[in-house]
Amino acid sequence: MAETLRVNPINCSGHGVCAELLPELISLDEWGYPIIDPRPVPSALDLEARRTVAACPALALKLIRTDAPAPVR
Amino acid sequence: MNGTTAFWYASRATGVVALLLLTAVLVLGILVSRQGRLPGLPRFAVTSLHRNISLLAVAFIAVHVLTAVLDTYVNIPILAGVVPFASSYERGWLTLGAVSFDIMLAMIITSLLRGRLNRVLWRAVHLLAYLCWPVAFAHSIGSSRDLQHGWLLDLAVGCALAVAAAVSWRLAHAARQLPRAARVAAIMARHAPAPGTRGSERTRERIAR
Amino acid sequence: MTTTEMDSPAAHPAAGPAGGLPRLLPPVPGVPEDLRAHLARYGRPPYLGGPGLLIRGAQAAGLTGRGGAAFPVHRKLAIVAGARGRKVIVANGAESEPASRKDALLLRVAPNLVLDGLQLAAEAIGASEALLYLHPGVSQEIWRALSQRAAAGTDWIDVTITEAPPRFLAGQESALVNRLGGGPALPTFVPPRVSERGLRGAATLVQNVETLAHLALIARYGPRWFRALGTGQEPGSMLTTVYQADGTSQVIEVEIGAPLRTLLASQPQAAEAQALLIGGFHGTWLPTAQAASLTLDNATLNRHGAALGAGVIAALPAGRCGLVEAARVARYLAAESAGQCGPCLNGLPRMAAGLAELAGRGHRRQVRADLERWAGPRSLITGRGACNHPDGTVRFVASALTVFAPEIALHAQGHCSTTSRRPFLPLPDGMPTTEDDWF
Repeated sequence: MAETLRVNPINCSGHGVCAELLPELISLDEWGYPIIDPRPVPSALDLEARRTVAACPALALKLIRTDAPAPVR
Repeated sequence: MNGTTAFWYASRATGVVALLLLTAVLVLGILVSRQGRLPGLPRFAVTSLHRNISLLAVAFIAVHVLTAVLDTYVNIPILAGVVPFASSYERGWLTLGAVSFDIMLAMIITSLLRGRLNRVLWRAVHLLAYLCWPVAFAHSIGSSRDLQHGWLLDLAVGCALAVAAAVSWRLAHAARQLPRAARVAAIMARHAPAPGTRGSERTRERIAR
Repeated sequence: MTTTEMDSPAAHPAAGPAGGLPRLLPPVPGVPEDLRAHLARYGRPPYLGGPGLLIRGAQAAGLTGRGGAAFPVHRKLAIVAGARGRKVIVANGAESEPASRKDALLLRVAPNLVLDGLQLAAEAIGASEALLYLHPGVSQEIWRALSQRAAAGTDWIDVTITEAPPRFLAGQESALVNRLGGGPALPTFVPPRVSERGLRGAATLVQNVETLAHLALIARYGPRWFRALGTGQEPGSMLTTVYQADGTSQVIEVEIGAPLRTLLASQPQAAEAQALLIGGFHGTWLPTAQAASLTLDNATLNRHGAALGAGVIAALPAGRCGLVEAARVARYLAAESAGQCGPCLNGLPRMAAGLAELAGRGHRRQVRADLERWAGPRSLITGRGACNHPDGTVRFVASALTVFAPEIALHAQGHCSTTSRRPFLPLPDGMPTTEDDWF
């Protein structure tokens, strides 16, 4: 059961903590907002990903099950 | 009031440490909200320290209350730790302590349950920090004469100055913050001025250079 | 097969089981809509007594949304009808695209078709609340239609009209629900979709007014009639707003899959188009040579990187500078950002500024690299907002950069292929600056 990282861009205020904690999957754009690898989180990084989700000061980061249908905007 | 038991000394000592920790938590919390950094440390250190020190502060206050209760020189019921007006000894000052501890517990519990709570509710409770610290400070000054002279007084003044500086910094930022609806207009004015306005003259000069 | 609202009242076959076009637009333009005439022509709304028949009908007919997203109507109906708890239906008449006029026209000349569709869908999903979301200034004929219907007792549920602010995002589904709930017309993060949890927590069906009008006809004449026009995959007709190269514009009801060139006026003395904008301000620029051979269906258009959207087709006349037009629109789109998401708030104004610099005389080399980073194939802006406003804007800018590349090269030397800087595409004045502008 794979999971992907998703950010709620409305709640995200560009703290940048996520990119420090999970540089393998998250980098920051030129304005400080996260660019997230859309692929499922590798199992080796699973614990790190959960810690990163918990560490976000704005609680903007989530782990989504990938067998759920992708939301249509 | 001079007590001679170990419990009494432990209570006063843990109280002082708790005040220091609480001051640190508030300053760190303001640093987090301003996306500030501690020199030499990564960003996640600020949020981590803020959260961990707040838990440490609660632990110290728990010991602070417990040792005060266990001390037999004065009679303080354990409920006085969280219930206002529960102690006949120094009723007013201990009430302040209970109130600030209650706010602290509310802040920590809502933060632990943050994912399940309404965002507005979490934020409202967390803003009580600005009430919590002064109340705790008043409790510290008033409930024993320790902080009223000597180096402990210097310590107390130092904490107050640190909080005053951090809060002023926060207020200054809040005053400068544009409301959401005005942010787009501000960025547009800076980067994409309307053709024919003074801003666009500057942009044209930038191109010509 | 096309018919325009502005055609002279020559004989056109009436809409109905035997007819072709027009279906939505009245056969004789200029006659004000009246409930009596509507009832004489169509009869009362054929209430079907439950969700099953209408949803099956919509599915068999293959009706997709006409608000721009082309989502299958039967699926949305089924999701909302099958949800637990209260249900709400909203007829979305907030035509927020400045270049689109089809919804405004439909609400003026055929409000009863729209309201029929609203009533039928409301019954099908078991709605407890029905709303009509409109920009101000549209609703005179609607008010009259509603009061006439109330007197005639044709309606299954009362309809409440709510005003939409004049924002580009006002018609976006989650922004609409936000506004109807008393908040500003700002998009919210999805999930949950509004069809699952929308207005005050109820499952909310949001349908464009044109979609509802089609639904009203399908309920009367059946899916087979609906499929008599259009393609197998995309059946039916649609309303388009067309801007001709000679400066005129019309709303034209067209069969889906019709050749694009049948929409464009072909007077030999008219100015030739240099490029075509397909799908409005979130659409795609295509070179005339390529576009003129296309047909008006998403299956074909998608292969060329374009889509029908809300049906705006604009032919850029030869005397106008495409770069200047694109820069004007990009500036408007940037100003209309909700400003909630970092990449959109920061990226769109800079992208607009970059395009404006290209449209000027000479530009810094850095601008090209910046625009590549923001609007190129690996755009750093697309997909990183809560709604698709940044995505659509990037699509518009990227296609402009491609189609007007020769123009960019000219401007870099300080020249321009045209002398006129007169604006062509319609844009409102001013930009939102306060919270009130979003209510």
